[in-house]
Amino acid sequence: MLMNGRFGAFGGAYVPEILMPALEALEQAFVDAQKDEAFRAELDELLVKYAGRPTPLTRCRNLGNARVRIYLKREDLLHGGAHKTNQVLAQTLLAKRMGKTRIIAETGAGQHGVATALAGALFGLKTRIYMGAHDVERQKLNVFRMQLMGAEVIPVTSGGQTLKDAVNEALRDWTASFEDTHYLLGTVAGPHPFPLMVREFQRIIGQEARAQILEEEGRLPDAVIACVGGGSNAMGMFADFVDDEGVRLIGVEAGGRGIDGDEHGATLLRGRPGILHGSETYLLQDRDGQVADTWSVSAGLDYPAVGPEHSFLKDSGRAEYVGATDREALAAFALLARTEGIVCAFESAHALAHALNMAEAAQEETILVVNLSGRGDKDMEQAQRLLAGDAA
Amino acid sequence: MSRYDAMFRRLDAQREGAFGAFVMLGDPDLETSAGILDALVEGGADMLEVGIPFSDPVADGPVIQAAAVRALGRGVTPADCFALLTDFRARHPEIPVGVLTYANIVVARGREAFYAAARAAGVDSVLVADVPLFEAPPYLEAARAAAVAPVLIAAPNTPEQTLRRLAREGAGYTYCVARSGVTGADEEVRFAHSQLLGTLRAFGAPPPVFGFGISRPDHVASAIEAGAAGVISGSAIVRLIADNRGGEAEAVRGFVAGMKAATRR
Repeated sequence: MLMNGRFGAFGGAYVPEILMPALEALEQAFVDAQKDEAFRAELDELLVKYAGRPTPLTRCRNLGNARVRIYLKREDLLHGGAHKTNQVLAQTLLAKRMGKTRIIAETGAGQHGVATALAGALFGLKTRIYMGAHDVERQKLNVFRMQLMGAEVIPVTSGGQTLKDAVNEALRDWTASFEDTHYLLGTVAGPHPFPLMVREFQRIIGQEARAQILEEEGRLPDAVIACVGGGSNAMGMFADFVDDEGVRLIGVEAGGRGIDGDEHGATLLRGRPGILHGSETYLLQDRDGQVADTWSVSAGLDYPAVGPEHSFLKDSGRAEYVGATDREALAAFALLARTEGIVCAFESAHALAHALNMAEAAQEETILVVNLSGRGDKDMEQAQRLLAGDAA
Repeated sequence: MSRYDAMFRRLDAQREGAFGAFVMLGDPDLETSAGILDALVEGGADMLEVGIPFSDPVADGPVIQAAAVRALGRGVTPADCFALLTDFRARHPEIPVGVLTYANIVVARGREAFYAAARAAGVDSVLVADVPLFEAPPYLEAARAAAVAPVLIAAPNTPEQTLRRLAREGAGYTYCVARSGVTGADEEVRFAHSQLLGTLRAFGAPPPVFGFGISRPDHVASAIEAGAAGVISGSAIVRLIADNRGGEAEAVRGFVAGMKAATRR
């Protein structure tokens, strides 16, 4: 390895020895590509002309109040329906550079699977997506979208049948297939170099947002807020604000049915450091180190670990992490639709829910930037059922 | 002399390779598991490799994953596993026993405490499946402090400089991955390992033992012929345990006897 792959005490590369050469080759390809203007140019062109960057920063007309202005970074408008496309296009170009002919990925909500499927179609790569059987059930529309673009979707029936189990299966596939296959990991988790590489490929979110808010308001925001499952949209948003000391970085975890019970995905709030999926990081686990099953209404946040850089930002105190429950997220989701005419993903609704709480509590003039990481089409069926249940 | 050294010396004199049997501790339950361990020895296993179940075993295929699920479903903990091994060691003072588990099981207890508990239970070696040499230093240190041999993995694609370090840092035996992928019982295996074995020998690595996919006596014979000091068979044994409810011990005893017979040079 060229780097130690650590964020303070967190990160690293905990994989079977047989995968180390594949990680080393990936790290080298990433480092080379970052220095290669042709790579940057091709990626930029894809991001602009294919994916639709830059995405707007929308000031809410109706949410917020006399003191608080809420801005939404509209990753929901990106091609593919979420921020995932940013880094998937970049990793796919890397896969091509490395001469790989096949890509595999895990997916929770299906957004990363959809992004991988579209890139696989665009570049003519054989594409396989691992998805927990429980998630296949609750995100059927995304499964169909992936299949429509030519990807093979494999339901994973082990464990809690969600994102964690899909990552396990993808890693198993990769230990047998690394010679012709790139594992297109979907978030800032996993072994080095994924956490660093995915952050760099998502950094554009915060880069744009920072420039846009300065243009709009003439000053930096008081806080940037993003949901955290694995944590890629949050790291993408935070990365360019880390050095702006006056800007609070707030990650919102899945509170599920309440973080004081067992049914949530609040890794940083309720976990303790451990090792899963290649990385030393906060982890929801029992006393013996068995990894816990998680719960969240949003499949994308239903994950017992978290990107190691978030663990570092938590322990160093630079970022704050809070939770939003299923109920709070669902309420924010419905409110955004009704007041702003925007249907966001359940995942992103967690970030918005916290912003709304902050807006209510604010005593001073405050500017908040919420990363609206994805759109809600995939959640329509579930929303219909859950909101009808609430009304009854 | 360590139990591994004594075993390899004895087998060399008898012109035999080592047959290592892998099972998951606590599969299908603790009591049956104790009987299975005895049956492996009675069948002729020269060394045991035993798994402490982990919820997310990414280096394992479906057969061994299912064994971990069965054990965890019965509430088997690492403490139960060490107790099982302590009892086993009292009955079998000579046979080398290695533990195979994952990093989070080790760090959850604390590295030093984990290796000390292994040593106290009569364990000779520990292999942590998701700790490559890159991350190994603190594990090597804790293993040495507890006088437990750290077993390291060599794969056909492992670069020479890593093999050189591995030869120096590893102890007990060198676990040679016979192929890429996760554990499993294969129909066909091929051992194109002369280069890997030559390199390990040149660097003075601990004796090479082949694992992954070995499920039939002819696999054993061809691995020994290819230059392995021994083999480990896991998924095939674990599958017998799953398929012979109530008759686990008999099933594995007969299987091990057949595999062991194929280790004669």
